[in-house]
Amino acid sequence: MKLPMLGVINLIHEADEMGNLTANRCLATVPFGGRYRLIDFTLSSMVNSGIPKVAVFAHTKFRSLMDHLGTGTNWDLHRKGNGLFVLPPSMEDQTDFGKGDLYHFYRHRDYFTRSSPQEYVVISRSHMVSNVDFAKVLDDHQQRRADITVICKQSAEPSPGLARKVKVNEAGRITEMQDHYGRLNSDIVSMEMYVLSKELLLDLVETSLARGQDHFVRHAVMSMLGHLKVHAYLHEGTLGVVNNIAGYYRHSMELLKPEIWHELFFTPGPIYTKIKDEPPTQYRRGADVTHSLIANGCDIEGTVHNSILFRGVKIHKGAIVRNSIVMQNGIVGENGSLENCILDKEVEIRPLQHLRGAENLPFLAIKRKVI
Amino acid sequence: MRRNECIAMLLAGGEGRRLGVLTKDLAKPAVHFGGKYRIIDFTLSNCIHSGIETVGVLTQYQPLVLNQYLGIGSPWGLDRREGGMHVLPPYVRSKGGTWYKGTASAIYQNLGFIERYDPEYVLIISGDHIYKMNYDLLLEAHKANRADATIAVITVPWADASRFGILSVDDQDRVVEFAEKPKKPAGNLASMGVYMFSWPVLREALIRDEAEKGSSNDFGKDIIPAMLKEHARLFSYRFDGYWKDVGTIDSLWEANMDLLDEDPALQLNDRSWRIFSVNPNRPAQYVAPHAKVSSSLVNEGCFVQGEVNHSVLFQGVTVGEGSLIEDSVIMPGATVGCGARIIRAIVGEKAVVGERCLVGSFDSQEIAVVGSGETVLAESELQEVEPV
Repeated sequence: MKLPMLGVINLIHEADEMGNLTANRCLATVPFGGRYRLIDFTLSSMVNSGIPKVAVFAHTKFRSLMDHLGTGTNWDLHRKGNGLFVLPPSMEDQTDFGKGDLYHFYRHRDYFTRSSPQEYVVISRSHMVSNVDFAKVLDDHQQRRADITVICKQSAEPSPGLARKVKVNEAGRITEMQDHYGRLNSDIVSMEMYVLSKELLLDLVETSLARGQDHFVRHAVMSMLGHLKVHAYLHEGTLGVVNNIAGYYRHSMELLKPEIWHELFFTPGPIYTKIKDEPPTQYRRGADVTHSLIANGCDIEGTVHNSILFRGVKIHKGAIVRNSIVMQNGIVGENGSLENCILDKEVEIRPLQHLRGAENLPFLAIKRKVI
Repeated sequence: MRRNECIAMLLAGGEGRRLGVLTKDLAKPAVHFGGKYRIIDFTLSNCIHSGIETVGVLTQYQPLVLNQYLGIGSPWGLDRREGGMHVLPPYVRSKGGTWYKGTASAIYQNLGFIERYDPEYVLIISGDHIYKMNYDLLLEAHKANRADATIAVITVPWADASRFGILSVDDQDRVVEFAEKPKKPAGNLASMGVYMFSWPVLREALIRDEAEKGSSNDFGKDIIPAMLKEHARLFSYRFDGYWKDVGTIDSLWEANMDLLDEDPALQLNDRSWRIFSVNPNRPAQYVAPHAKVSSSLVNEGCFVQGEVNHSVLFQGVTVGEGSLIEDSVIMPGATVGCGARIIRAIVGEKAVVGERCLVGSFDSQEIAVVGSGETVLAESELQEVEPV
């Protein structure tokens, strides 16, 4: 069923403290979960919810994004009229680049005005790893006659990732919202997913810009809490806030919990990604793999424990990989070892080399490094 | 233009009767193989890698699963504006239509399709075979010999020779004799069912064969012998890679086991000759803390908690705690309950093997089979399932 809603994945000035993992790619395309990119979770959620039209507002380092998304085929977003729209910044001169996201929303306003059947919009980010049914959120938004509905997550265990904190009253209305460094004492964080009518959004864009304000969340949401009915929708499923290394490592390792594996990747809908036509993974004689997430195309002869291997990783004989994440096409040579490491794509660990990070601070090897 | 020089006609109507319950609802080319693929993926991938971008797929028996799988050919890069993949089932004409009587009649009934592209050469292949082959080299040989037809051949063990079409060739590789499934084979050069024809020659041969009353309209039985009789330029092309016709439960099981060798003759992890397929897009496989997996192929979406040794697991297979899977093939979406033992068996798509059930055994000569969607319940606990 089609939802009367437009999707926007807003990559403009996304909070990114991923260090070298985003040296050459945007946060949206950081590899995650053995075969995905961060953006796959939000994008698949939108598709599974019946959102027929999704725009990705690209901003910087989007080469990997274009490569990953292509024409949107893998998400069934190669449509006539609807489908996927990747919109890089439309700028008049270089100074436009530093302007806030509202300015860019304004430059992309055609995307909103040209989509008449869709009355609502969901504005989201790419780094909130979750599987959300936006149809339910829209239902809730309409029933409560909210002006803006913010999807939030309540959790006793705070994520090491950076997220805004939110205070909600008994009626479900948001009374306070602070940036991640704020001192608000609350166990509810914002998932940076905002549902509102297209009309209100365009109004907020114009009035904010007219006042010289250009930041969507700060100026159009946070400073409007007293004037608009801003409601919280509490997401029941799991959430990974992945915008720094600590968050990346923690939420990656959480995928090794069977209940999270079953939920995040399958319910309410499956997560799609760019397919690679890798063959099934080959476990050779002597392979010893336990408590791990292994993608296709791997060739394993050594030991892998408590780790995540992306597609096409080769673990040679006698090699030992523990508590580590090895991205696409990584190689761990004979009798080499890894512990508490994150290897970016195509890193090669030579035979007999040993690499070890601290338990709370994994060692990060940059893309194509040979160690 | 290169692509219209040669087009391929892929025979995908095989019933696969000898595969029993595994082909209950699907044609043989759609049978699962190698942890991820269906048999037809190999020939379709060969076509695109060989630069053949127009492929007619001739379907007949149980076409529903196959048609859905093939779609418009996108997984193999065959969704083209010009050419591309076309599914060609038998169709009804004003004077009534007919079933494809034999391999040759299937092509004959689609002469119009080939004429639309008017190629110089037509490659005839079968969707029942597993191999990686560059048809472009076959075409080069065909051209170099100025042949009317070139038959790809492979050396088979003498003991098996009577199951194949056997060719005798001279020192120029020209075919002097062809015998379909001979009782006393004169040699062990077997036809792979891969034929390259010059289009005008094929066209004429098909028209003449159709007019022949007693003909069974088959390439091996009728077309090739008739061409030989007329001294047409028939050549053989030797292929020395892996090739297998998986017509029976045993050979299907064996072909899957072949992939588990330390250095398999058919290398699936080959970036220069990827076998394309419809990717199920499932998450990375989960291997639990007490699981044990060795000498196996495991596809995405599997959830493994038991022991898997020398086996092939397709996508989305769940393996319960304390279970053992050895020398077996577990097809997509099957569930193996806790404490179950599956040995020397093929478990069909979405089949369920209940807790502590036993399927197959090390002593049995025959391969045990659990049909697609079947359930083996706990009542049959520790009883051997009847091999099919």
